[in-house]
Amino acid sequence: MASKKSDRISWRGDVTKPLRLRLRGLGLTLPPLVWLTLLMTIPCLTLVALAMATRGQYGDVIWQFTGNNFRRLIGYSFFGWSADNFYVLFRSLWMAAITTIICVALAYPLTFHVVTRPPRTRVFWLILIIIPFWTNVVVRTYAWLLVLGPNLPPARLAAFFGLIPEGAALYPGQFAVYLGMVSTFLPFMALPLYASVERLNWDLLEAARDLYASRFQVFTKAILPQTKPGLAVGIIVTFVPAMAMFVVTDILGGAKFMLIGNLIQQQFTQARNWPYGAALSLALMVMTLISMAIFRRRSGLRNLS
Amino acid sequence: MDKKRPLVALVAILSLALLYIPSIAVAIFSVNNSRYGLAWRGFTLDWYKLLLQNEYIHQATINSLILAVVSTIASTILGTALALGLDRYPWPKTLHRFFDISINIPIVVPDIIMAVSLTLAFSFLRVITPIFELSLITLIIGHVTFQISFVTLVVRSRLASLNQETDEAARDLFASDFYLFRRVTLPLITPGVLAGAMLAFTLSLDDFIISFFTHGPDSVTLPIFIYASIKRGLTPEIHALSTLMLLFTVVLVVIAERLSRKF
Repeated sequence: MASKKSDRISWRGDVTKPLRLRLRGLGLTLPPLVWLTLLMTIPCLTLVALAMATRGQYGDVIWQFTGNNFRRLIGYSFFGWSADNFYVLFRSLWMAAITTIICVALAYPLTFHVVTRPPRTRVFWLILIIIPFWTNVVVRTYAWLLVLGPNLPPARLAAFFGLIPEGAALYPGQFAVYLGMVSTFLPFMALPLYASVERLNWDLLEAARDLYASRFQVFTKAILPQTKPGLAVGIIVTFVPAMAMFVVTDILGGAKFMLIGNLIQQQFTQARNWPYGAALSLALMVMTLISMAIFRRRSGLRNLS
Repeated sequence: MDKKRPLVALVAILSLALLYIPSIAVAIFSVNNSRYGLAWRGFTLDWYKLLLQNEYIHQATINSLILAVVSTIASTILGTALALGLDRYPWPKTLHRFFDISINIPIVVPDIIMAVSLTLAFSFLRVITPIFELSLITLIIGHVTFQISFVTLVVRSRLASLNQETDEAARDLFASDFYLFRRVTLPLITPGVLAGAMLAFTLSLDDFIISFFTHGPDSVTLPIFIYASIKRGLTPEIHALSTLMLLFTVVLVVIAERLSRKF
């Protein structure tokens, strides 16, 4: 009798057998985990194999080993080596970096402005940042086509300064893409940052000023260290998706302004070259993981999710 | 912060202008009485009337709503079960780590890679059964796949704030498994589950990339319809549609804000 009782354990007030407990736990976790494994983990891993497969004549996949997709990734093709792909990879990183920097520069004043509003109107200002966060990216991006269209004030102004020919639109091009990118990701940067700015200890800022710190020093010594957690989250949720972006560049950038996201999308749609698309996806994945690792270490954050 | 900071205020207002000028422009052009061109030709609501008569937009709206509702229900159930299963049962450390990693994949991995992986998964599964031909069903499956993780994340943060003494007390009073779940666990996690469902719903409505890769010719959603219209040539109906979608977002955000203040 005693030996029979000893294989029972007490778990959260429930006296039961470990096996029974485990079965019940599996009953809850197994359906979602099978779902995720089957539809996400396995296909994600299959990308590695697919990147080494061959494209068939009609866009089908032939499971025959080749290194050609990776060779093409770094610029080798029938016609010899070209730097085009490096431009695309570099541009993805560069655009994501510039977008992130501009977003940080705008998000600090924006969040400080919201935080210093009186409590009654603060919610209203905050909602102004949340609404674009939840507005569909396609809707927000194509809206720029209207603002930047020919013969409207912004385009006229640019034409007046001789930046574009008279009667032309401000898209497609670099300027339109940056506008689209910054306006897409600004809420992604501002909301996590707001969470940190809200908890700011203002006494430290005052103390810094009392000790004759310059404005710049107040920012680097008093504000930055306090808002680092929010800033780090903001940078990650801006930089990583910005690198993978294809909607904004597709709508506002034209054919000359490709990012790696556009290349991937092309391979899986018009070009029907899945193996090469998989190789590009792996490249993006590696870029994502490296940048996440860097931000994590630099910001000293452990649990980010 | 008693000192006035004109520069801070200026940049803040400029940032908000950057966020809102495009949407305001869309709203203005949606009531502009001109089919082509961007010149102002007077006020009209004709485009909204045409919108209501447009079969394709009807279908896309219905698809978007079915997609959002069904995927939200499915992912909320699966995500909550996953959260409960992970946090309420003794798992070995290594297994727990493995679970954590698989849950975090959709949150960390860029959307486009998720979309590509789903395309791949469907192409394999199609060999087994034709259910996985691209349609509204694959669209729903795709959305559930990325929603689960977010629901689990939100419910788990709620679970972490609960103590296990309540469970023990219920057990001491001879609560059955079902009674414990129905009367103790569920009421306690309801705010988390609702917040998770709300997040899943907005993520689904907001998504373009996953939908773009996993939709079929008969399962066009609103964002995909708008995207296709941009390529074909924009019409004022699209501006009217976008304005309505924007207003819907505003309503959702305000409701969510009210709800979050309640709990």
